[in-house]
Amino acid sequence: MELVLDIATWILMLAGSLLLLITGYGLLRLPDLYTRIHAGGMADTLATFLIFIGLALQSGFTLVTAKLLLVLVFVFFTSPTSSYALAQASFVAGLKPKLDGFGPVKKTDDDA
Amino acid sequence: MTIYAIAAIAILVSIALALTRAIIGPTSYDRILSVNAIGTKTVLLIGVMGFLGGRPDFLDLALVYALVNFIGTLAVLKYFKFGTLRGTLSKPRDNA
Amino acid sequence: MLKTLSLFLVLMAVWLLLSGIYTPLITGFGVGSCLLSALIAYRMDVVDREGHPLHLGPRIITYWAWLFVEIFKANIDVAKCVLFPQKYLRPSIFTVTASQKSDLGRVIYANSITLTPGTVTVDLDGNQVMVHSMTEVSAEGIKSGDMDRRVTKVMEEA
Repeated sequence: MELVLDIATWILMLAGSLLLLITGYGLLRLPDLYTRIHAGGMADTLATFLIFIGLALQSGFTLVTAKLLLVLVFVFFTSPTSSYALAQASFVAGLKPKLDGFGPVKKTDDDA
Repeated sequence: MTIYAIAAIAILVSIALALTRAIIGPTSYDRILSVNAIGTKTVLLIGVMGFLGGRPDFLDLALVYALVNFIGTLAVLKYFKFGTLRGTLSKPRDNA
Repeated sequence: MLKTLSLFLVLMAVWLLLSGIYTPLITGFGVGSCLLSALIAYRMDVVDREGHPLHLGPRIITYWAWLFVEIFKANIDVAKCVLFPQKYLRPSIFTVTASQKSDLGRVIYANSITLTPGTVTVDLDGNQVMVHSMTEVSAEGIKSGDMDRRVTKVMEEA
């Protein structure tokens, strides 16, 4: 039983770490602000969930698990609010989203 | 356990990448986005470090940090949008 | 008044979860602070259907379960997009109409859109929701209106 929980924790936390690294890479790689918000949203949702569930499996039915779930619920409630505030503020400020991305069809100069 | 250390290193690397974006980010909104992402990752880091050191009481700090991160991001955005911290966060309505 | 009582009970449950020390003195402090908070909220008149939406009840739990599966799928989609942007990255902006009547329903809808990676609500004006999406898959997910119908069902307005 102990071994099964350990293996589950390993899998969950490794997946969460991988998602976090992809998030950091996306923050650097993606072409404009609006697409970077999507990458940041990934760290706020699934990566947080995976890592905290992995920790919760190790602590069992204790107050620590309750606190982990409370932090998780809190992050899930607040992160869309701040993402929306950020997207809306930059939209109001007149930042235009780059709509063609860096697709192979319409290749512009600045995304080589 | 080793996995805590691995997760902590992954979080730190991710924070470093976000910090790079905060330094080079062309607009100030990019920097706010990075700071917000760093805050979320710090919440994770505090939780994992608590387990790494065998003191899960750190989760209280993680909860408070999540609160402060949220309020701080909103406050900075509000300041950028209106130039002041007074008044409400919502758009001024024309028909009200 | 009933809402204030349930607010007090929720506050008390959260306090007991966070405290972990159950001597009479400390628990007494907890009861006192929760009573004070509930009383102030009652006096400020913020305990209403928006501030304390208990009436959503079990329906929102099933909605959260569905939303979580959506978030899971969207995360994989965005991760693919970050790793292979040449192939998947197709940013677009479009406007959809929210069919909810109350402000709370619209906020739940807009926040669900933002919470799902790959789509972000850029502007919410009346019932017009402007959405920025990252890939074709995520844009189709919003345009199909599935999430909109589910939120309306949660609010029991349809």
